[in-house]
Amino acid sequence: MPAIAETLNTVQSVADNGYKWGFETDIEMEFAPRGLNTDIVRLISERKGEPAWLLEWRLAAFSAWQGMEEPVWALLNYPKIDYQDSYYYAAPKKKAGPASLDEVDPELLRMYEKLGIPVSERAILAGVEGAEARPPMAVDAVFDSVSVATTFRSTLAKSGVIFCPISEAVREHPELVRKYLGSVVPPTDNYFAALNSAVFTDGSFVFIPKGVTCPMELSTYFRINAKNTGQFERTLIVCEEGASVSYLEGCTAPMRDENQLHAAVVELVVLDDAKIKYSTVQNWYPGDAQGRGGIYNFVTKRGACRGARSKISWTQVETGSAITWKYPSCVLQGEGSVGEFYSVALTNNHQQADTGTKMIHIGKNTTSTIVSKGISAGHSNNTYRGLVRILPKAAGARNHTQCDSLLIGDLCGAHTVPYIECRNPGAKVEHEATTSKISEDQLFYCRQRGLSQEDAVGMIVNGFCREVLKELPMEFAVEAQKLLAVSLEGSVG
Amino acid sequence: MLEIKNLHASIGEKPILRGITLTVPDGQVHAIMGPNGSGKSTLSYVLSGHSDFTVTDGTAHFDGTDLLAMEPEARAQAGLFLAFQAPVELPGVGNANFLRTALNAVRKARGEPELDAAQFLKLARAEAKRLQMPDDMLKRNVNVGFSGGEKKRNEVLQMTMLQPKLAILDETDSGLDIDALKIVGDGVNALRSPGFSALVITHHQRLLDHIVPDAVHVLAHGRIVRSGGADLARALEAQGYAQVIAEAA
Repeated sequence: MPAIAETLNTVQSVADNGYKWGFETDIEMEFAPRGLNTDIVRLISERKGEPAWLLEWRLAAFSAWQGMEEPVWALLNYPKIDYQDSYYYAAPKKKAGPASLDEVDPELLRMYEKLGIPVSERAILAGVEGAEARPPMAVDAVFDSVSVATTFRSTLAKSGVIFCPISEAVREHPELVRKYLGSVVPPTDNYFAALNSAVFTDGSFVFIPKGVTCPMELSTYFRINAKNTGQFERTLIVCEEGASVSYLEGCTAPMRDENQLHAAVVELVVLDDAKIKYSTVQNWYPGDAQGRGGIYNFVTKRGACRGARSKISWTQVETGSAITWKYPSCVLQGEGSVGEFYSVALTNNHQQADTGTKMIHIGKNTTSTIVSKGISAGHSNNTYRGLVRILPKAAGARNHTQCDSLLIGDLCGAHTVPYIECRNPGAKVEHEATTSKISEDQLFYCRQRGLSQEDAVGMIVNGFCREVLKELPMEFAVEAQKLLAVSLEGSVG
Repeated sequence: MLEIKNLHASIGEKPILRGITLTVPDGQVHAIMGPNGSGKSTLSYVLSGHSDFTVTDGTAHFDGTDLLAMEPEARAQAGLFLAFQAPVELPGVGNANFLRTALNAVRKARGEPELDAAQFLKLARAEAKRLQMPDDMLKRNVNVGFSGGEKKRNEVLQMTMLQPKLAILDETDSGLDIDALKIVGDGVNALRSPGFSALVITHHQRLLDHIVPDAVHVLAHGRIVRSGGADLARALEAQGYAQVIAEAA
């Protein structure tokens, strides 16, 4: 099968073409000393001007983390992480706000440009005095550990929406943060969540008050920039009764030789009739063709549907990271609440992904939908791991799960590990799974119509992911399609 | 247009084509007939560049260019179109999106401007209507859930949109009812011009009632054993392959 051989060759050449987002921004950074101990935890808390209760919360999490074991059940293979070899705090050095874009560090502007942030938003992100515009999206850029700026806050404030760095929310809205922080993912939930709770440096806070539909898409760009810094962001989104928001995070990281650690926690809370749509496009540096470098991504994402008829929808397109350990979940407590998980995970070269979801049905008539599309190329391994748990009181609960795997080449692996625990006899749980390869005949058909082999693969892969991509907000769906094509670039001819 | 000399091709170790020599001049339609396993489909795959087949000897030139040295997409962009006997399904890929991507790839290669979505849809809808295809066929996924007849009509739609110089129709008539046969025939006839040639592979005379060929070739055991005019097809229909092949031997 010569075409497949060609595919394999090009898959291997992908990393040589270079990681499109592998740029590095040279900005003066302030680092805390390498390593992790209570002094570092205290220092982070102090730099952020945190209240005593939060420092105590962090220290308790740190102490719990010290007594915990790193989980080994995932189908992931990586050398032992030396947690004392990383920096846990890095921030761009603070300067007074520039008067115009001319005074902004050109490196920073170039980075925004590469990230594709519109010019109108760059001034705002860079903190230029008086800069204000009204595009349809608000951006909170997390540049390493500190959220550089948050755009469009005044527009949002008019409708009562709070969208700011979580460190600021701690100071400005302590009662809200204290009420919800750790209420969905407790500090002791798991090894990486405990680590995050001890050392999280920034992230976003969103609060949508009762009855309000957020007037724009909210978006955060996470970037890991400095060498040997782990990124531990913490995101908390709360929608009160009848409120709704669509939130998107995009992640990139410059190319590095060493593996960088990323352990985020995202908590979502929805009350009666509230909705959160949380979309992720993740393209952290995946490492090179030999599997050197890349991000280790250990993320805990969970949403609590506390109110009746509430809804949480996770959509993720994951093409990056050397290691992905991530299971965005829904706890369906409110009667008639709805959980959704739409996922595309693409692995190439030596990437490993163990990702999926957990749907915990507690309330009556709760429903959940899982659609997972895994694409494996090169020497990569791609595992779907999902849990559907129906508790005894969840009468009328329903779940539908669909897991499809697509293999490109014959050196990669696709695995599906579904766990179903049903303790209510009236519940309905369905699981469908398929595994397929891009066939020579499909490729030939496309090429006979004039498409290059690369475009043909892009088209077939995008078709395979369509059910998930259509869940993304329009402009991100386009971005995600391009990302899938770029990530498989050269996976053929 | 197409000049094939002493073409030999195998799949794995097994030889299928054993020395085909055939010239299709500009503007002509030639029919290829022959029993199952004679190498008809292999000929169409080899000419369009399917990687399952290895050319072991001989040459094929398309407008003077060495066809066998070209990638499949380059052959398509140069104006060679294959209407597949069994078109594959592309789940999740919209038919209109696929067709527009193909058309723009071919237009780009010809140095013509690409069509935007609105221009394309106008053109595609008009062609679909002419082929009596329902509008929703453009919205459905490529060949997914299409009936046999719908798949064949979709091939003809692609052909008329892409405006090839050389079309190879591999048993496009199989599985078509009489009305559909006429529509397919009309589709091919509409393309007939001094700059268009076709190789029509078929088992049946009835398609050739609609597309009257300039020449008919009978293929057996990987060789052309007999060539003639349109009346040869009628003789085959009346006498069967066995007798015609025996007479040729």
